[in-house]
Amino acid sequence: MTKSNLRGRRWLSLAAVASAGVMLAGCSGAGGGAGGGGGETVTLTLATVNNPQMKDMEQLKGKFEESHPDIKVKFIQMEENDLRDAVTKDVATKGGQYDIVTVGSYEVPIWGQNEWLTNLNDYTTEDSDYDVDDILKPVRQALTVDDSLYAVPFYGESSFLMYNKQILADAGLEVPEHPTWQQVADMARQVNNDEHAGICLRGKPGWGELFAPLTTVVQTFGGNWFDEDWNATVDSPEFTEAVQFYTDLVKDAGESDPVSFGFTECLNLFSQGKAAFWYDATSAAGSLESEDLSEVAGNVGYVHAPTVETEESGWLWSWNLAIPETSKKKDAAWEFVSWATSKDYMKLVGEELGWSRVPPGSRASTYEIPEYQDAAGAFAGITKDIMLAVDPKQPGVNPQPWVGIQYVTIPEFQDLGNQVSQKIADVFAGRSSVEEALSAGQALAEKAGAAQKE
Amino acid sequence: MTATAIRPGRVENDGEVKPQRTKPVLTRRERKGLRLARALVWPALAAAIIITQIPFLVTIYYSFQQWNLLRPGDQKFVWFDNYVTVLTNGAFVSSLRATVVIVGASVLISLVFGMVLALLLDRKFMGQGLARTLLITPFLMMPAAASLIWKWSMLDSNVGMVNWALGLIGIDPVAWNTDVPILTIIMVLTWQYTPFMMLILLAGLQSQPQDVLEAASVDGAGPIRTFFSMTLPHMRQYMELSILLGTILLLQVFDPIAIMTRGTGGTKTLSYLLYERAFVGLEIGEAAAYGVLTVLLTIIVAMVALRSLFKIFKTEGTR
Repeated sequence: MTKSNLRGRRWLSLAAVASAGVMLAGCSGAGGGAGGGGGETVTLTLATVNNPQMKDMEQLKGKFEESHPDIKVKFIQMEENDLRDAVTKDVATKGGQYDIVTVGSYEVPIWGQNEWLTNLNDYTTEDSDYDVDDILKPVRQALTVDDSLYAVPFYGESSFLMYNKQILADAGLEVPEHPTWQQVADMARQVNNDEHAGICLRGKPGWGELFAPLTTVVQTFGGNWFDEDWNATVDSPEFTEAVQFYTDLVKDAGESDPVSFGFTECLNLFSQGKAAFWYDATSAAGSLESEDLSEVAGNVGYVHAPTVETEESGWLWSWNLAIPETSKKKDAAWEFVSWATSKDYMKLVGEELGWSRVPPGSRASTYEIPEYQDAAGAFAGITKDIMLAVDPKQPGVNPQPWVGIQYVTIPEFQDLGNQVSQKIADVFAGRSSVEEALSAGQALAEKAGAAQKE
Repeated sequence: MTATAIRPGRVENDGEVKPQRTKPVLTRRERKGLRLARALVWPALAAAIIITQIPFLVTIYYSFQQWNLLRPGDQKFVWFDNYVTVLTNGAFVSSLRATVVIVGASVLISLVFGMVLALLLDRKFMGQGLARTLLITPFLMMPAAASLIWKWSMLDSNVGMVNWALGLIGIDPVAWNTDVPILTIIMVLTWQYTPFMMLILLAGLQSQPQDVLEAASVDGAGPIRTFFSMTLPHMRQYMELSILLGTILLLQVFDPIAIMTRGTGGTKTLSYLLYERAFVGLEIGEAAAYGVLTVLLTIIVAMVALRSLFKIFKTEGTR
């Protein structure tokens, strides 16, 4: 290598270092500038799940910003699991990144107790137009800890039994308004054939997938995860009987590959006319009744969740808006939260985007709107009836020390439910018996219960 | 200078090449230049150490904590409790087994298929380029997309193509995820990694000296004899390399398990177990303990693997 060459290289590297320095300076300048903006307007950051109803909210936020010129709302939409991760991390570490968060009814009481969410009582009593009593009572109960409301529902759902009217009529069977699980199992076994399954029930592992329907079955059979004193009761005769019933029914008359089947897969199967019954979320009805998405639109019957020992067996879930305790713009945040969950917002969605897109299951007044009754006639009435009939304080036979249906409101539950659901996947495959799966589950539940007793 | 010329100052000894040890003579200027070069490397080296090592130290610290993200008040130092939990509850050992079974089987099966495809592609034929491109496609696909294709289009019990094809020959539809989850995952991984093996092996086949093959055919060796006596020994190093790289890539596999089987039926590999502890269980301490153990294990595997890799290059160098 010659000397001139060496010198050339050095100049090159010097130039590179210099330009990198300029770039760094540029970056820090830009960063500083962005932080210093603002003035009169408040910008709220909202983290939410990317469900259709939330996308509608983003589309309509302009209306809010028109009437509140000093508030801007920035939407961050994520898939459900990502949202749960991101928001949990933010509130748990007091990051303060979000001013409004979307949380499920499972998290709200836990987070409320941890003092991660703002107590909304003062806002709702001050704001008389908001009419907090119009929010469906079971939903309100599920979001309340020690008389304090920590979130307000954006939309809610329960579960019911859906059936293919054609298949049942061909078999000469009639589905009662309040069926028992035994009746449903008999009918499903009767109509099960090579053309279509008798019933679709979720079998995909995961606390939210498998245990959403299965826990309601366990509770109506008289079993539960814990007794009143947080003693685990997963290996109790009632729990065992319920899981045995569920897995047997799926094996005899259910879909052929249960471990692959969650909500979406059952929705596909049922909407193609390939299942006679489907027990799942009331929110499924919107898709089933859409001519574009479903081959069975207009041909679906809806009845209450099947029961055994209890009066009702529907679950309860809601997606809610809450304000993290770390937010520095709480008053502005409440302005938006109260707007997006108000009676007027429901009407706004109906008028702007269509009545079938109104967020369901949060306010009683929604079900009194005549246009909504027309658009969602097939399932709106029964959805409201079930949502008002379920009791999140005691969904099963015996009293339980938490408020909530289909889940246990303790931090360990998503882990517990997930692990036990994986063991039940082995039962579907015949690799393990119900007793084996549940005795392993009992050991896990005992640990979670012990943490609760401390 | 040509590569074959023997340089003065180098001696061949037991097949190893030793460079001559001489003190390099540098001018003051050149030495100054070197010092500057070294000084300029420092910030990068420091950054690399900070970026790679501090998170690991923090992970070790977390692994001594009892900490569930949803129980903020209940965080305390518990020494080796998490490690005891992790090693005694059986999940680590069973997921180690799952990892070995899934990675091992997938690598070996893709190696065999890759070899067959590479041998076929090594011949000249019409549309060779097109065939090669089509065969590589599965490897270029995103793992998540590949898993979804298998889940919905191939293995679905109602509309899946595999079950449809089985139906044609009178076999009842197979409940893939329910009855044979391990096989399902191995099938997806084999489908994805066969092209990768094929690429490496094809490169090996094309580097085979033609004169040796000609000599073999002149001596009257048939294609099978030639393959086993000439090609296979030549390919050994390429096979070792593809096994090694395939194993490294497959150890991190996550998507098909998360999308298809959710860790059921013996498919809970280490990476999926780690995800579950951290993001479903929100058990920071326990997840960190699994993480530290996994890192230790990976270092051991990597050391063995790298040693054999160096051996390949070393023997390659003496030829």
